[in-house]
Amino acid sequence: MDLIHNLSVGFGVAFTFTNLLYCLIGCILGTLIGVLPGIGPVATIAMLLPATYALPPVSALIMLAGIYYGAQYGGSTTAILVNLPGESSSVVTVIDGHQMAKRGRAGPALAAAGLGSFFAGCVGTLILAGFAPPLTELAFKFGPAEYFSLMILGLIGAVVLASGSLLKAVAMIVLGLLLGLVGTDVNSGVARFSFDIPELTDGIGFVAIAMGVFGYGEIIANLAQPEEEREVFTAKVTGLFPTKEDFKNMVPAVLRGTALGSSLGILPGGGALLAAFAAYTIEKKTKLKPGEIPFGKGNIRGVAAPESANNAGAQTSFIPLLTLGIPPNAVMALMVGAMTIHNIQPGPQVMTSNPELFWGLIASMWIGNAMLVILNLPLIGMWIKLLSVPYRFLFPSIVLFCAIGVYSTNNNTFDIWMVGAFGFIGYLFYKLGCEPAPLLLGFILGPMMEENLRRALLLSRGDWSVFVTRPISMGLLAAAVLLLVIVLLPAVKSKREEAFVEE
Amino acid sequence: MKIKSQKDFFAGVMFTVVGVAFAWGATTYNVGSGARMGPGYFPLMLGIVMAIIGLVIMFTGLSVETATGDPIGKWAWKQVVFILGANLAFGVLLGGLPSFGIPAMGLIIAIYALVIIAAQAGSKHALPSVLALATVLAIGSYIAFIWALKLQIQVWPTFITG
Repeated sequence: MDLIHNLSVGFGVAFTFTNLLYCLIGCILGTLIGVLPGIGPVATIAMLLPATYALPPVSALIMLAGIYYGAQYGGSTTAILVNLPGESSSVVTVIDGHQMAKRGRAGPALAAAGLGSFFAGCVGTLILAGFAPPLTELAFKFGPAEYFSLMILGLIGAVVLASGSLLKAVAMIVLGLLLGLVGTDVNSGVARFSFDIPELTDGIGFVAIAMGVFGYGEIIANLAQPEEEREVFTAKVTGLFPTKEDFKNMVPAVLRGTALGSSLGILPGGGALLAAFAAYTIEKKTKLKPGEIPFGKGNIRGVAAPESANNAGAQTSFIPLLTLGIPPNAVMALMVGAMTIHNIQPGPQVMTSNPELFWGLIASMWIGNAMLVILNLPLIGMWIKLLSVPYRFLFPSIVLFCAIGVYSTNNNTFDIWMVGAFGFIGYLFYKLGCEPAPLLLGFILGPMMEENLRRALLLSRGDWSVFVTRPISMGLLAAAVLLLVIVLLPAVKSKREEAFVEE
Repeated sequence: MKIKSQKDFFAGVMFTVVGVAFAWGATTYNVGSGARMGPGYFPLMLGIVMAIIGLVIMFTGLSVETATGDPIGKWAWKQVVFILGANLAFGVLLGGLPSFGIPAMGLIIAIYALVIIAAQAGSKHALPSVLALATVLAIGSYIAFIWALKLQIQVWPTFITG
């Protein structure tokens, strides 16, 4: 069978000493930033991008992927023990997880999160391995018109599923697209919006935007909030293993969470965060068994389902990236950046031109998930200690790593000025209630969209109807319109707002 | 007219202004036609779209009732100044500013400056612990970036190494 052959190639790549090492480093870093509140995978991956120059591309991607799904594990630890989501995707885990910890059941809660995540991660990876080849076939049928429509669908999807104001998110995407156009136009050679600054003719540095907005912007916003005493759960975590009763409740929740997370991860704009929200909502809707603890009071299903869902979503969100070359969320946008650094054009050709990279990455996710269970369950004491590191030591370190990281991308101080400017802009966005993630997506897609639009219209001699006369393109655009209409329906609109208010 | 949501209104203003600026900038390039797009075509289109969306957001900020008025709140100028100042100082010390005749001081001094300035943005910043943190980070960065990753960064001031 093809799949088995491909996977054995992948495991051959992933099981080399170097790649195992980078997988482990990625998982440890991911857990670390997952545990520490105030720093997320976007900022971390942005910081490490420059450092991956020196690595072979496979190892670099394996490490960066490990950071993303590792953060999903680590985030739940903080959520359960400190009542603070370490990652945004663990927001709902806080509700029941911390209640369980308060009742002395921190151990089973952590185990439910860890085991659920592991199962979901394995299933998600399997889906990724199974779905990628057929989707790639489809992608080869795409012309520029289809790609343009697909990007529209992706961006609309990202907006619809994001929290907060719809209009602002669309505006942020357009702003991102525009920022992506800064620099030399590939067709005419004209330097656009560069104000005669030589550094800007290469475009705005992706790393500078990501670090400025997600690193500096968030640090300023965090520090500006009045300091509150963190309630650290210092009691020793005992009795890690869930009871038989727990298992009975957990298993169906894990299965539901995994199924939901895997499917939502594939959707454009989906990924870990949305999956966790949806899974918790569904668990809450199912009927409680007699004698079961209600939700919000420490129900183990309220931990198992969202944690499985966010990990499954984290894995399957690699599908659109690896098959179509379209990043579905901000972390995947950074992965595009990482691939381009290594001269790999993300898209359907990756699987044929770099099979070791493609399958090696997928195989490494299995290994990574296994490492993470070991890192997170038996070694939980180590991470608890880390929680006592105060933020006043953390934030200067983050500022430093951002500054060094951005400087080393080009060895040019100009990038340091840029990251500072975007730090201020990021804080401005925060103040005005504009979510920055869509901006990053738009920034990555800007040049690609322009190029495909240009080609599509060149082929049709300027006739815009090409987007609706080609069936696949038409279907994609119709899906985008449908998504928008659904969200704007009054009934769905109020539900959507309700769902995001729960945070 | 009263602003009903400050956040929305000013976000709208921001998008409109930036959109108009991009669209106006785009007209200075060759716009071309659909079949033969010039470098100004796509940005002009996007700029106009963004300006329109900005206007709609502004309008919702004026018309849709909110419970609290969505105030923007106080600006954390202290944090902005110290965090971005630390970043600026790091850049100046690391690379120097040849146009102003400031020599490069290298990574280690830049790290100390960054940590000390950034720490002022927090509420607690006793100097000894800040210096200890800076020392740890300086040693750690040297090991990670210079020794392990072999990044080409100047470590010591020019007048020492020559």
